[in-house]
Amino acid sequence: MNKLKQALENQKFVFTTEIYPPKGTDTTKFLRMAQIVKRSVTAVNVTDNQRALVKLSSIAGCLLLRKQGIEPVYQITTRDRNRIAIQSELMGAYALGIRNILAITGDHTLLGDCPEAKPVYDLDSVQLLYLISKLNSGFDINEHPLQGKTDFFYGAVVNPEASDLEPELIKFEKKIKCGAQFFQTQIIWDIDKFKKFMKYASKFNVKILAGIIIISSSKVINLMNKKVPGIKIPDSIIRRIEKSSDPVKEGVKIASEQIKELQGVCDGAHIITVGKEDLTPQVIEMSR
Amino acid sequence: MVITSQKKHEEILKYLSSSKKIFIVGCGACATVCKTGGEEEVWQMEEFLSKNNKEITGDVVIDEVCHLLLTRRAFREHKEEIEKADTVLVMACGTGIQAVVASTSKKVYPVLDTLFIGVTKHIYEFQEWCNTCGECLLSETNGICPIARCPKHMLNGPCGGVVDGKCEIDPELDCPWILIYKRNKESLKKIHLPRDNSKRARPGILSLRGVR
Ligand code: SF4
Ligand code: SF4
Repeated sequence: MNKLKQALENQKFVFTTEIYPPKGTDTTKFLRMAQIVKRSVTAVNVTDNQRALVKLSSIAGCLLLRKQGIEPVYQITTRDRNRIAIQSELMGAYALGIRNILAITGDHTLLGDCPEAKPVYDLDSVQLLYLISKLNSGFDINEHPLQGKTDFFYGAVVNPEASDLEPELIKFEKKIKCGAQFFQTQIIWDIDKFKKFMKYASKFNVKILAGIIIISSSKVINLMNKKVPGIKIPDSIIRRIEKSSDPVKEGVKIASEQIKELQGVCDGAHIITVGKEDLTPQVIEMSR
Repeated sequence: MVITSQKKHEEILKYLSSSKKIFIVGCGACATVCKTGGEEEVWQMEEFLSKNNKEITGDVVIDEVCHLLLTRRAFREHKEEIEKADTVLVMACGTGIQAVVASTSKKVYPVLDTLFIGVTKHIYEFQEWCNTCGECLLSETNGICPIARCPKHMLNGPCGGVVDGKCEIDPELDCPWILIYKRNKESLKKIHLPRDNSKRARPGILSLRGVR
């Protein structure tokens, strides 16, 4: 059974979120955060060395979540593994019970905390989706038959607010052609723009979860604007957070307002918290 | 052209610490254009080394150091000066340095770092537009190479990090996918399957002997 797939097919509005594995082996906080979001969301993404920072592996994080009865979305990038390693890892993930994949290229090694590493990028995200479609049909990337195929529910990322929108949408369509079944978008700010995107995206048989960020401080704003490629938090939001006497409360309010506006527009929301996972249930509660 | 830059002089002195008599090889081709190993730079290097108590036994600027036949010939012509030296210092690219190694049994040390094959955009300003991937796909990308010009070698369009046509890792770099798109967006639509890297998995060898 695949909870995420079922929910996206049957429910009006589905929530997912993401949590970041620790740098190190102490998973106490990771598991605490997982417990906090457990009842509010259908599935939880586990990031794969996000922003090219060295972290506990995504696959291990997914397995830990499964042990807690939480359905994981295994994020996998093409930055650190060639196609042999990726295929092997995906077969392993499937054998361990992981069913959802988010396929991404990944932020460049030069932006992380180990810039000396050799970046791999043997595949890009479109090719990674193609590879997963192969494994799902019972073959490896070179058409050799598998002893037991995978049956992943797999998706990708799209940015409806990309500064170069048309190339982004052409790529979005290629991702669909390579089998992507759902999309978690980059952070959404401009709801009108997003509605336009949804009008276009509804032509395709894919599920769209809008990326919503909970901003809890100016520190988060700085981090996102400076460190995360392709992310730009608008000035109006920055002003609201900076002026507020309780920035956390304000951040929760902004996020829940946005989600309210998205009901009926797309298939769900993917909540990004930048380490403040404990705010997720509140945001979801307030948006109902 | 092969683009090179000079190593820090302290680093060069470090590995020359046990060398006393030095013969210097410069290159009349790429390293001359890059201002890293032409006549002038060879002369500057001699001055620097003399100040640091090294004896220069001689020098030569070879038309193309990477041409083994030319380099061997130059070494025959400068046999005496090279004999007197304990070390040969090479101001050419990595291929040139190894062509020198193949021409002498003396200790050979590099002066340059070899960076990439580049275009000259302005005088003394170079950019990498090809990384010799072994199977050129420019016919499918409007003549702009996403393999060499994208740090992630993206083959199916820009990554999520592109902002206003600039690359996520360096705002000085144009994202090739936006350039390709601007020339003709149709070429973005083709799905490029994973590339065959077996073509470049071993050191390149090419012989035209049977053909000529
Ligand atoms: S595709 Fe790019 S790297 Fe390959 S040969 Fe052509 S220009 Fe060079
Ligand atoms: S912004 Fe463009 S050039 Fe830079 S890594 Fe992404 S796709 Fe490649």
